[in-house]
Amino acid sequence: MNLVRAIGSEFQKVFTTRMWWLLAILLAAYVAFMSGGFGAFLGWATENPDAAAAAGGNTTVPPGTELAPLLYSFASSVGYVFPVLLGALAVTGEFRHKTLTPTFLAEPHRTVVLAAKFVSQLVVGAGLGVIAFAVSVGAGAAALAGFGLDTGLDSSDTWALIGRGVLAMALWGAIGVGLGVLVVNQVAAIVIVIAFTQFVEPILRVVASLSDVTASIGKFLPGAASDALVGASFYNLASLGSTETLEWWQGGLVLFGIAVVATVIGGATTWRRDVS
Amino acid sequence: MASGIPIEISGLSKHFGPVTAVDDLSFTVQPGKVTGFLGPNGAGKTTTLRVLLGLERASAGTATFGGTPYSGLPRPLETVGAALDANFHPGRTARNHLKVYATAAGLSSARVPAVLEQVGMSEYADRRVGGYSLGMRQRLALAYTLLGDPGVFVLDEPINGLDPEGIKWIRGFLQNLAREGRTVLVSSHLLSEVQQSVDEVVIIAKGRLMKTGTLASLELDSAPRTIADSPDRQALAAALDAAGLEYTEGRSGFIVDEPDPARVGHAAFVGGVELAALHRLRSGLEESFLSLVGGGDES
Repeated sequence: MNLVRAIGSEFQKVFTTRMWWLLAILLAAYVAFMSGGFGAFLGWATENPDAAAAAGGNTTVPPGTELAPLLYSFASSVGYVFPVLLGALAVTGEFRHKTLTPTFLAEPHRTVVLAAKFVSQLVVGAGLGVIAFAVSVGAGAAALAGFGLDTGLDSSDTWALIGRGVLAMALWGAIGVGLGVLVVNQVAAIVIVIAFTQFVEPILRVVASLSDVTASIGKFLPGAASDALVGASFYNLASLGSTETLEWWQGGLVLFGIAVVATVIGGATTWRRDVS
Repeated sequence: MASGIPIEISGLSKHFGPVTAVDDLSFTVQPGKVTGFLGPNGAGKTTTLRVLLGLERASAGTATFGGTPYSGLPRPLETVGAALDANFHPGRTARNHLKVYATAAGLSSARVPAVLEQVGMSEYADRRVGGYSLGMRQRLALAYTLLGDPGVFVLDEPINGLDPEGIKWIRGFLQNLAREGRTVLVSSHLLSEVQQSVDEVVIIAKGRLMKTGTLASLELDSAPRTIADSPDRQALAAALDAAGLEYTEGRSGFIVDEPDPARVGHAAFVGGVELAALHRLRSGLEESFLSLVGGGDES
């Protein structure tokens, strides 16, 4: 009962400030640009293979690659940073604005509050996932259809991919909560999210793909696990030779495990400290 | 309305590393009165209140509401209303701020406009808190305490930052709460700020209890003295010397270390000195407060 109320309160916290829709708009714009833009480029390259080869050399997609899943998965493969950020801000914002005092006065059981953040950010992450996939499918399918290519929208595999993608975005929201409660400092959390997702992990994934041994470790990187869960990603093209991926359900378990472990460790340490 | 229950602090200590913020503190706050929790900055007032409200852990001792610690209260916001610091998310409106916590505490959302009205904030309810003055923040913090219509109020420096009109308003507000039988604990580092609002005082300095009692008892603590003046001060000085009375010369006459003005008058009569003034001097509350807490702020 307390948990239900606390979850309701956490949803109100998210939707009574501007951050959620600012991030949603940025996410939609970013995903639309990547999916629509890349889709248009691939469509053009398919129609004009000679010109494309002259322009960029190694830009052609390996034969047999389905373009639709690749484009649609931009929603999670580049968009996952947004639910992480929102999840982390749900925790660090309380420290930054010193609102833990009224929060813990209204619900003195801190574990209940943290569990409510975890659950609510799973749902908010899924919501961002729905927005991201709506945009990536909309923009990507429009680009493909414009060049007369297959949109894959009549295939149940495509819709299963979208469903798994929404699940991945949900899990990223919960990972954000775990990161936020581990780090606590808002600026540090934002820097870590941006640096890790945009630089550190992409580099690690490329480096890990260079040998079989590292590749078997690299597949457990959160972004790689996420792509495994979704089932497609432009990283699979970009990082050559990285053929080793987890099963989709393993990828999901890795993400869920990261979220739970980070949240539990944070909950046992920073979350129990004196609030001043 | 929930009934007032006593606040019981017993043997409470709180250490931050080598620093002792609260040192074996014990006192009880009774319902039906406004109790001032006084001490200079850094005396340990806020720490005591934070421990009482379960936000910080005690190093030793207990702090309870009628025997129950805050975390054990089945419906905390309906038992205790607390305002510790006027901090809010700047991007949220006052109404939404209150809604968030009404939801968490399982209170009816109809309480939100009611408490906004009670603190005179209805007009600004839909503005973002980031643009509020300190006085408005203080009122919003009070609105939060009223959400559950509790029987106990714990307010940390609620008068800080209020304009004269706001100070007058909060005095009436606190006294109304006490008159309704609620327990009201109000901290301040300035006695003068609360002396017109409080019935009882709990005074601490350096984490230790200095005094508990009624406001009047604080006044009686300091030994009264007598003020005497004469057109001929030299003659009066001689007469006081002759009677063996200790005195110091002030702007409005001699301050004599003698509680009974009659004895000073008698000394003047014996010396044949004309008196221009003769009355008892009661030292100010602030003066006895400062002597209790060791002379001033140590922030």
